[in-house]
Amino acid sequence: MSNDNPTDRNPCSYTLGGIEQGAPCCIPVPHIQVQDLAVSYHGKTVLQGVSLDINKGCITALIGPSGCGKTSFLFSLNRLNDLIPGSRVQGSIRMDGAEVTAPDCDVMALRRKVGMIFQKPNPFPLSIRRNIEMPLREHGVRQRGELDARVERALRDVGLWEEVKDRLDSSALALSGGQQQRLCIARALALEPSILLMDEPCSALDPIASAVVEELIRSLCNRYTVVIVTHNLAQARRVANYAAFFWMTERVGRLIEFGRCQSLFDHPSHDLTAAYIFGTSG
Amino acid sequence: MIWSRHNISSPSRADVLLARLSGSLAFAVAVLLALVLLMLFKESWAVLASGGWARFFAGEGWFPSSGQYNLWPMLWATLVATLGALLLALPLGLASALFGRFYAPRWLVLPLRRVMMLLAGIPSVVYGLWGLTVLVPLIAQWEPPGASLLAAILILALMVLPTVALTSEAALAAVSSASLQGAAALGLSRKGIVLGVALPEARAGIFSGALLAAMRALGETMAVLMVAGNVVQTPGSLFDPVRVLTANIALEMSYAAGEHRAALFASGLLLMLMVAALAWLAGKRGGRLYA
Repeated sequence: MSNDNPTDRNPCSYTLGGIEQGAPCCIPVPHIQVQDLAVSYHGKTVLQGVSLDINKGCITALIGPSGCGKTSFLFSLNRLNDLIPGSRVQGSIRMDGAEVTAPDCDVMALRRKVGMIFQKPNPFPLSIRRNIEMPLREHGVRQRGELDARVERALRDVGLWEEVKDRLDSSALALSGGQQQRLCIARALALEPSILLMDEPCSALDPIASAVVEELIRSLCNRYTVVIVTHNLAQARRVANYAAFFWMTERVGRLIEFGRCQSLFDHPSHDLTAAYIFGTSG
Repeated sequence: MIWSRHNISSPSRADVLLARLSGSLAFAVAVLLALVLLMLFKESWAVLASGGWARFFAGEGWFPSSGQYNLWPMLWATLVATLGALLLALPLGLASALFGRFYAPRWLVLPLRRVMMLLAGIPSVVYGLWGLTVLVPLIAQWEPPGASLLAAILILALMVLPTVALTSEAALAAVSSASLQGAAALGLSRKGIVLGVALPEARAGIFSGALLAAMRALGETMAVLMVAGNVVQTPGSLFDPVRVLTANIALEMSYAAGEHRAALFASGLLLMLMVAALAWLAGKRGGRLYA
């Protein structure tokens, strides 16, 4: 299946528009520009010299073995590294013209614009409704009517509405793993972000739930700029328009190759990429 | 058929030995508790048999010499003192735990916890000394006589504060980092993370800590005895001297005999039942993740 040209896909009837319409992924418009990024923890460098442009409305997969800095890269895009003691991010990340790594960057506004989905579904121990409402309230949405509308829209967008509409006030922890992960995606979408970061969103799910979430991610294409870390190469091939291959050399993670997903998988230009993709190393 | 409990230990000698040893010691603890309860029942039987519990909740008051054993005044004093102490200690302890967990600079966290642990370890008689020489005269300046329900509440609040603070901090520390990361990734402010995620998730643990503190306050004897004034009366105001159940036992046990003695044991039994009820409640609520 070709993912190289996402405009081949049928346009869906989107209800949420994170991104302004008119920037389909096939016309590369940089949304996140990363220049010479380096991440270190307590003085130990784990990622170095990463430069790439992530295009608007596209799904970009980060692949590579464990420990090569993919998650560190992802966490620096929404400044979640700030939470990790001893972490330091150097280099430049420009997003919509603003510098993410600048000390005066409004981190809360940034994180509202850049949603994140984690490996293990992490719904709060609240009701399904409160899981979505609480962040909305925190960002200033208070009117009952608008809250209800946003909750429903977000749940519809992840295909969860029909499954949970009769038990919105029961615990989110009673949902299945796949439903929990979709709730987490809905929670992020409710804030109307333009970028979604996903850290192995399917790896903790069973194959059926995983397929559902994967289909959901595919539907996000052209609406959001998605950066997804995955260890599942077949999944990267299925969902992504672009792929970035990370590898550890001299104990430091580096970006080895970045390009259109299909060309990277079919004709890798680097030996390390080829070895990893064709299964001879990693 | 295979039972899981038979499969816990391997057939090795050391495992069998350890299982038997820990099992019999655990059993011994349970037997000890049962023996204490049995003793309380036995000793208080003299009164319980003649009129039952009703005798403790009727009559003109606590007049052991004329066979009147109404516990209500002291029960009220005990309950009000415990509740008052909890109402003061809960917000203070919770605030201290939140500060230590989410706002304090790194270097301050450990000293803060040490102070709380030290506070928890101060002998109650020392609290009593402080209350007697500092707190009671202060209250007396405001509204004599000084030794009062208010003094008891303040001393108890101080004593259970570290319990509340330490258990709340442990409950907050147990909030999963996945939840905290998820909350931060949604652009929540520190306040939003604390109120929206950390407190709801730690709620059960904080509740259990509060009940633990209530148990401690209920059972505290010495410090309260030293500051409360020990007059048997239903408190009409915060400045009235009162006597709590524990203090009553400590004060009268040395000379009580016969039915009077049995009545003291019965009030001990009542205290034990109250604490048991709180412990049961703590276990029931503490086990629930989501409410």
